[in-house]
Amino acid sequence: MVAKPKLDAMTPRPFTILTRRQELADTFTIQLAPADGGANIQFAPGQFNMLYAFGVGEVPISISGDPAQPDKLVHTIRDVGAVTDALSKLNKGAQVGVRGPFGSAWPVEDAEGSDVVIVAGGIGLAPLRPAIEHVLANRAKYGRFVILYGARNPADVLYMKQLQAWRGRLDTFVDVTVDSAGRDWSGNVGVVTRLIGRANFDPHHTKVFVCGPEIMMRFTIKELNALGVAKDDIYVSMERNMKCAIGHCGHCQFGGHFICKDGPVFPYARIESLLQVRGL
Amino acid sequence: MVKVEGLDKLLAEHPFFKDMDEDSRKTLAGCARNERFDAGDYVAHEGKPAERFYFIRTGTVALEFHIPGQDGLVIETLHDGEVFGWSWMVEPYEWAYDIRAVELTRVISLEATCLRKKLKKDNALGFELYSRFVPVMAKRLNSARQQLTDMYGKS
Repeated sequence: MVAKPKLDAMTPRPFTILTRRQELADTFTIQLAPADGGANIQFAPGQFNMLYAFGVGEVPISISGDPAQPDKLVHTIRDVGAVTDALSKLNKGAQVGVRGPFGSAWPVEDAEGSDVVIVAGGIGLAPLRPAIEHVLANRAKYGRFVILYGARNPADVLYMKQLQAWRGRLDTFVDVTVDSAGRDWSGNVGVVTRLIGRANFDPHHTKVFVCGPEIMMRFTIKELNALGVAKDDIYVSMERNMKCAIGHCGHCQFGGHFICKDGPVFPYARIESLLQVRGL
Repeated sequence: MVKVEGLDKLLAEHPFFKDMDEDSRKTLAGCARNERFDAGDYVAHEGKPAERFYFIRTGTVALEFHIPGQDGLVIETLHDGEVFGWSWMVEPYEWAYDIRAVELTRVISLEATCLRKKLKKDNALGFELYSRFVPVMAKRLNSARQQLTDMYGKS
């Protein structure tokens, strides 16, 4: 069940940074708790919050923690703009404003009984981590579970320790690749799409969740289609310039959809034609 | 010494030769050798003659560029069921990069001169073999182009 935003969805609620961890050179993770001592945010895998760096601005950031542990509100953020840069400079104990959760979720319940394939690129692993945690916590309900992840180079591999831990499980297939590497890297080198054919899942009984830059998702979908995965079984997480997060302002309009309200998670079949439109 | 019949069987098990007729496969097996490389062994070096090409049965190899003053830069890894070494098809028949076994890797290799001679005599076999190589090359080229897009970059 997707959590609905409350009526006062436009008012940020103050949260305190409990922990801050530098993941990569430009990427960090913060764990938040409500500054007012109230209950933390209940969310579904794939949803996002609007994080407000006071005096600077707001940005949409996917929730990347375990949905079964809503007391730990976790966001992994890449420092790419003014707001995320301001957030990156906040330390433990500092406050941020939070609105949310917003948007649609990965269909983890619909995927029960099927193989589940996660394909992530770069920081796209962060919005998928709640779905991974959900599947692992309910492992018996799913068929083969595959996690495929691509990054630029070994230094850019997000959640390295967690990927190793997931790979260490006997019930999960994890494959990681990078675009280039030195000799000290003993893993795969090549694009993430090359991992798909080796993952050995049943293309006709699989739900695939894809998240990463749009170009990576396009290449991935092409490969999945070639393997026989139906368009209806592929879900993607879209990104656009979200501002209000409740479908009022129109900044994130994508054809007839608002990414913030109708997405960010979409069945691929629903937005396929829009992905072909240049400049949209 | 590994018998030709044994090599023919190994070729038949490799995905590259799937559904190839037995006669053609046996002809190719006449140029074949069963080999193994331990982790860290170099199968080939950039600029050296490309005298063989390879079909990976099990294992992983890395395609590397040598960069002066640095360790090699790995640009691709290849695994079970894949092929490498098409420099044998293109003059001047020299390796374009280094190939290093990342782990114990078992391969079947075909001797290039032997093969070129056979293909000149048997054009149908040549067409058959090239028809199987072109999709592999197209897929690699496509992957290389995808890598050029820096697809995980900041969006």
